[in-house]
Amino acid sequence: MEPRYKPGDRVLVLQRNQPGHVRTPMYVRGKTGVIERIVGAFPNPELLAYGHSGMPYKTLYRVNFRQDELWSDYDGPSDDTLEIEIYEHWLSPA
Amino acid sequence: MSETHDHPTHTHDGKPIQEDALPPIDAHVLETSVRELLIEKGIISAGDIRRAIDVMESRNPALGAKIVARAWTDPEYRELLLTDSDRAMLAFGIDMRPMELCVVENTDEVHNMVVCTLCSCYPRPVLGIPPAWYKRRDYRSRAVREPRAVLQEFGTEIPSNKQVRVHDSNADLRYLVLPQRPAGTEGWDAEALARLVTRDSMIGVSDALSPADIED
Repeated sequence: MEPRYKPGDRVLVLQRNQPGHVRTPMYVRGKTGVIERIVGAFPNPELLAYGHSGMPYKTLYRVNFRQDELWSDYDGPSDDTLEIEIYEHWLSPA
Repeated sequence: MSETHDHPTHTHDGKPIQEDALPPIDAHVLETSVRELLIEKGIISAGDIRRAIDVMESRNPALGAKIVARAWTDPEYRELLLTDSDRAMLAFGIDMRPMELCVVENTDEVHNMVVCTLCSCYPRPVLGIPPAWYKRRDYRSRAVREPRAVLQEFGTEIPSNKQVRVHDSNADLRYLVLPQRPAGTEGWDAEALARLVTRDSMIGVSDALSPADIED
């Protein structure tokens, strides 16, 4: 499976309301970050959690966000960042 | 001790036993049912469960401290720890599977801290069971929202020219912070250094101890 993004790419986390065992927290949805690294291919937790195989595999990335992108009133230096793991189907190019 | 003596300055509310006043919650009933079924069907035994708990409880931050101290004293091991953490864990008999470990290094420029906003994901094979505060909603929500204020409450002041990088442990990786080696420890061996490495410093809510902190 060929990863769609590479380190350094700017990505937008999809603003999607999806019930169930979703590993994309609300606070990063609709936010723009940068791919830090490709973690690898993992079974999809949104299916795994309900007794399915989790196939097909999903590429998992670590995405780096500027804190002041996540929180408009962030109280700290502008180079503070946050890194989080996001599966490919939650990302679109930014 | 007499039951009737006066206690002007203290009470005896701290009973040595805990009363089971509340009925079990649904999750307990579910866990018991599934466990008993698995045992009844011969899939696992009660002994298997007890042994798994033994293994879980045998893990504690002293293990992580040894790993950090080795990285401080052995540059090749440090490199392995940062680039192939799972292999570096195997050197200490730790198998992270099915998770992967990601070690993040504190430097003069960056301070890392770890949280799991969605639940309580934690590098249990290396550090054992997470502290109660790590699982609390206030830590989980505030660590991503106002990390510097949370760090301050742990007594950790990060200068504004140093970046704070928060890691949300939300999926398949588990995180271990490699703290900075404290000043004044030149020539210390790994065993002595391990005494400076605390659980909190490997979660990233504090730095490692300084030599003065452990003077008798």
